[in-house]
Amino acid sequence: MNEGARISATIGVKALTKRFGAISALDNLDLEIEREELFGLLGPNGAGKTTLISILSTIVPPTSGSAEVCGYDVRRQSHEVRKRIGIVFQDPSLDDELTGDENLDFHGRLYGLDAATRRSRMEEVLNLVDLQERRRDLVRTYSGGMRRRLEIARGLMHRPEALFLDEPTLGLDPQTRRKIWQYIRSLKESFGMTVILTTHYMDEADQLCSRIAIIDRGRIVALDTPEALKASLGGDLLELETGGHSPEFLNHLADMEEIAHLAETDGTVILTVGNGESFIPRCFEVAQRFSVQISSVSLRKPNLEDVFIQLTGREIREEGTAGPQERVRIFMQTRRR
Amino acid sequence: MNFAATVYTLWLREILRFKRNWSRLIGSMALPLIFLVILGSGYGSVFRYRSDVSYMQFIGPGIIAMSLLFSSMLGGLTVMWDRQFGFLKEILVAPVSRVAIMAGKTVGTVTTSMIRGLVFLAAMLAAGLLHGSVPGVALALLFMFLISASFVSVGIAVATVMRDPHGFQLIMNFLIMPVFFLSGALFPVEQLPEWLMFLTHVNPLTYGVDGMRFALGVPSHFSPLWDLLLLVKFWVVSTLVGAFLFKRMPA
Repeated sequence: MNEGARISATIGVKALTKRFGAISALDNLDLEIEREELFGLLGPNGAGKTTLISILSTIVPPTSGSAEVCGYDVRRQSHEVRKRIGIVFQDPSLDDELTGDENLDFHGRLYGLDAATRRSRMEEVLNLVDLQERRRDLVRTYSGGMRRRLEIARGLMHRPEALFLDEPTLGLDPQTRRKIWQYIRSLKESFGMTVILTTHYMDEADQLCSRIAIIDRGRIVALDTPEALKASLGGDLLELETGGHSPEFLNHLADMEEIAHLAETDGTVILTVGNGESFIPRCFEVAQRFSVQISSVSLRKPNLEDVFIQLTGREIREEGTAGPQERVRIFMQTRRR
Repeated sequence: MNFAATVYTLWLREILRFKRNWSRLIGSMALPLIFLVILGSGYGSVFRYRSDVSYMQFIGPGIIAMSLLFSSMLGGLTVMWDRQFGFLKEILVAPVSRVAIMAGKTVGTVTTSMIRGLVFLAAMLAAGLLHGSVPGVALALLFMFLISASFVSVGIAVATVMRDPHGFQLIMNFLIMPVFFLSGALFPVEQLPEWLMFLTHVNPLTYGVDGMRFALGVPSHFSPLWDLLLLVKFWVVSTLVGAFLFKRMPA
C-alpha cells in the first residue's frame, strides 16, 4: 500500500484485536475504507461487526492493534475522531420524552453548532428523512421506522465525514427498509460522506454497498464489491431437491468438470455451475444412473448468502453458537478452474 | 466556552423534561406533603420536645429536606434510565467532556429539585409554619442547594455502579429511606439510644436538616456553622466521587 492511498483512506485498521475475557471478538483485523465509500460489514450476529464499529467510534478501546478514523487514532485522539463521525446505534438512543426537533437541537448543541446552523440543518435533515410533519411531536409517539429515520437525521446534523450505521434496518418492515435504503443512498450524493454500515441482511449489503467485507468470528473472510463476491462462486446455482442422501451420486457430481462447487443439506443439493440451463438435462441423466429421485429443480443467480455459506460452511441466518454444523450437513468440494 | 455550552445543553434537557411531566412532579411532591400534614397533625398531641414549637413546625424543614433528597437522588439515578433507553450513548460519544456532562446533569437536576423545595418552603412560610427573615431564607436556600447538589452526585455515583434499573427498589429501601429516617427530620437528635445517635450523626442530611431549622426559626441542635462546614465537605466529596466514577464509566 503506497503512502498516497493511506492518506486518502477514511478508515485504516491494522492488526486490530479485541478480547472480552477469553473470547476474541476481533482477531487481528486489517481493513481500509476509502473516502466516500458506502462500505458494508456483513456477517452473522456475534461476528464482531458491532465491536468493530464500537472501536472505530471510540466507545470501546481495542485490546491491541491500531485504528485510525479520518486521520486520527481512536485511542489517543478520540476527541478529534468524535467530532468527525456520526453514529446510528443498533439500539434506540433517542430521548422519547423530547420531540423530534428537541432531539436534533440537543445533538446540534452538543456538537457545538450555533443557533442559525442548527435551524438550517434541522430543516435539511428532516426533509431528507421525511419527518417534517412530525417534528414537533414527542418521540414517544413515533413508530419504529420513524425513530430510525430520526436517528439517521440526527447523525447527519453535524455533517460528519464518516457515518456509522449499525444494523440500520433491524426489525423494520420491508417498505420502511427500502425507504431507509433510499435515504442512505442519497447521503453519498448529497453530502459525499463515507458510510460504513453493518448488517446481517444479505440483500441490504447487496443493494447498498459499493464494497463489502464479510466478517465471521472476528475475521474478514472476504472483501470485494458485491458483484465480484458473487462472481467468485463461478456460476449459477442449481438447487436439486432429492429424496435422501446418496454419496455415490454426490461423488459423481463432484467429479464433473462443469461443477465449480457442491454442497448438500438434508437432501437438498446445491451446485454451482457455469451454465445452469444446459446443465439441467445432464443432471437428470446422472440422477437416473444412480436411481436418485429429483423432485424439484431451481436455478438462480448466486446471492451473498451463498458466498457466505461457501466461505464459512454455515448459513448467515443462524445466530449464536448452537451448532450450524448440526443443521447443515456439509458435503463440499471446491474445484479450482 | 465549550464546557459552559455543554452544561447548558444538559441543563436545558432536564428543564424540558421537567416542564413536560406534571404528573411526575405532583407525584414526587405528594409523599412529603402527606408526611407533613398527616404525621404533623397525628403526632402533634404527643410531641413534647419544646413548648414553643409544634410538631408540624419541627418537621417542616425536614420535609423540605425530604423533598430535596428524593428528587435529587432520583434525578441523579436517571443516568441509569438514560443508559437503559440508550440515550446515554448519544451523550457519551459526543465530542464533549464527561465532567461537563456530569456538571450539566447536576445543575439541571438541582434546578428542578430546588423548584420543588421552594414550593414547600414558600407554602410553609405563607402558612406561618416557618418564620424566615431575609438572611434566614438566604441561609436556608444555601443549605437546600448543598443538600440537593450533594445527593444528585450520590445518585449519579450509584447509577454508574449499578448497571441496570432493576436495583432501583434496593436503592430506595437501603439508601434513600434510611438517609431520610436517620436525619432527625422527624425526631430530635437528642436523647437517642446510642446506636441511633451514631447513625444520625454520621448522616450528612442530619446537618442539612439542622441547618435549615436554624435558618427558619425552629430550634436546632448543632451550631449552624458546623452544619454548614460538614455539608460543604460532603458536597465536595460526593461531587468528586461522582465525577470520578462518571468519568471512568464505560459508554
